[in-house]
Amino acid sequence: MVAGLVAVTRRDLLLAWKRPGDVLNPLFFFAMVCTLFPLAVGPSPEQLTFSGPGVLWVAALLAALLSLNSLFLGDHEDGSLDQLLVSAQPLPMLVLGKTLAHWLTSGLPLVLISPVLALTYRMPGNVMGVLMLTLLLGTICLSLLGSIGAALTVGLNRGTALLGLLILPLAMPVLLLGANTVSLAAGNEMYTTGVWALAAYAVAAISLAPYATAAALRISNE
Amino acid sequence: MDAMAMGNYGMYVWSCFGITLAVILISDVRARLRHKQVYREIEVRIKALEERK
Amino acid sequence: MWKWFHKLASPPHFYRLAATLIPWLAVPGLMLIAYGAYAGLFVAPEDYQQGDAFRIIYVHVPSAYLSMMAYMFMAFGGAIGLIWRMKLAHAVGAAAAPIGAAFTFLALVTGSIWGRPMWGTWWEWGDPRLTSELILLFLYFGYMALRSSIDDTAKADKASAVLALVGVVNVVIVHYSVEWWSSLHQGQTLFKEGGPAMDASMLYPLLAMILGFTLVFGALLARRIRTEVLYRERRTRWVREMILSPEGGK
Repeated sequence: MVAGLVAVTRRDLLLAWKRPGDVLNPLFFFAMVCTLFPLAVGPSPEQLTFSGPGVLWVAALLAALLSLNSLFLGDHEDGSLDQLLVSAQPLPMLVLGKTLAHWLTSGLPLVLISPVLALTYRMPGNVMGVLMLTLLLGTICLSLLGSIGAALTVGLNRGTALLGLLILPLAMPVLLLGANTVSLAAGNEMYTTGVWALAAYAVAAISLAPYATAAALRISNE
Repeated sequence: MDAMAMGNYGMYVWSCFGITLAVILISDVRARLRHKQVYREIEVRIKALEERK
Repeated sequence: MWKWFHKLASPPHFYRLAATLIPWLAVPGLMLIAYGAYAGLFVAPEDYQQGDAFRIIYVHVPSAYLSMMAYMFMAFGGAIGLIWRMKLAHAVGAAAAPIGAAFTFLALVTGSIWGRPMWGTWWEWGDPRLTSELILLFLYFGYMALRSSIDDTAKADKASAVLALVGVVNVVIVHYSVEWWSSLHQGQTLFKEGGPAMDASMLYPLLAMILGFTLVFGALLARRIRTEVLYRERRTRWVREMILSPEGGK
């Protein structure tokens, strides 16, 4: 069972290695959205410290959304998705493998560059740690939620707008928990509730979302 | 008149009740129109098929 | 029991049953609403804190309640449709979505108008109920957008059922997370559950409104399900016979 997961993940990681643009573009997007806000609202340090957690989280959410469209699209176009569907391996495991690869190439890089952008928002080191932790848990949730949306819309050629309409309402609690936890940490308040809630969300998403995604893939490819 | 004024909240209270009535009515009209439209499309198709026979 | 269930679920039977059902739901529903509106507006005493503005509760609470109820219809319809492959259940889900969106919209608008004299603003992000309703409205939009972008009805049914089920889990999470969030920012609610007990003269109109709204919702739902059934069965013999019959099947 795990062999199928590992094989799918390896294959997708190799594919991503050959096309680094797919990995880098959402990162550039993330960085640029984070640049937009100080340009729009002004460089005052109080404002930046105050809005930093929220802005970084919204930017990360949008960047994650941007990368979702391609999750099943390539496989759908070259026919390898049909192969996955008829495989003897359980489909939810294969889907989990694909989502894992997607997270490693889109979510994890976001987490890793977030401190650099957080620095420009004058975020102190300990808050940065909380930001990275919430983004780590949050992007896992977003990748898994996104995989459901991507599976429902694969082959519809409606682009990212429909996907956003489906995914953003589902992603709102993740954003709410993540951004507010960082804000609490920035205000030196108790923030562990949010971290635990996000962790619980991530665990629930890992165990449930692949089934929904697998069902959605079967429906989309009937 | 006092009962209508609702102690200066009249505008808020009455607009809420008015909008609610309007939305329910619009929902009903839309449902009726949609049914009529679907019915007519099917009717046209079936009658056309019938005449071809 | 099963025989009865199968008969109910058979499209031609349901199509006819729903037509006879609609007036039996709509007329008592409208009567209850008429009573509730009259008693709520003129008979019930004013609230000791909110004055007459509290009367908005008589349209706000039933709308908010139905916005949830319609979502449950959508999700359960989808689940039954997926598990037992029952087409009628999918039709229920498809029919519930636009009605649910309308009631969600109503709950938002009446809540916002209520908030204006109470908070001095048309929109208060700190109110957990309004914020949850807004996210619910977005869920309805997503559901309807997904449905309308898939041409094949059978596929649209199943895909939107999966989305509705994922959305149910989300509604619960939204509720708790928004509650937590507003507690961080000293959120203020329009009315509190478990507050001072409502006087009977305030409560009965509210109960009448809730029941009346539910019955009217049932009538609207029955009408929309009929349309869905008719459309889905457009190539079947019973529809053909019904339309060609002298009395028709409007």
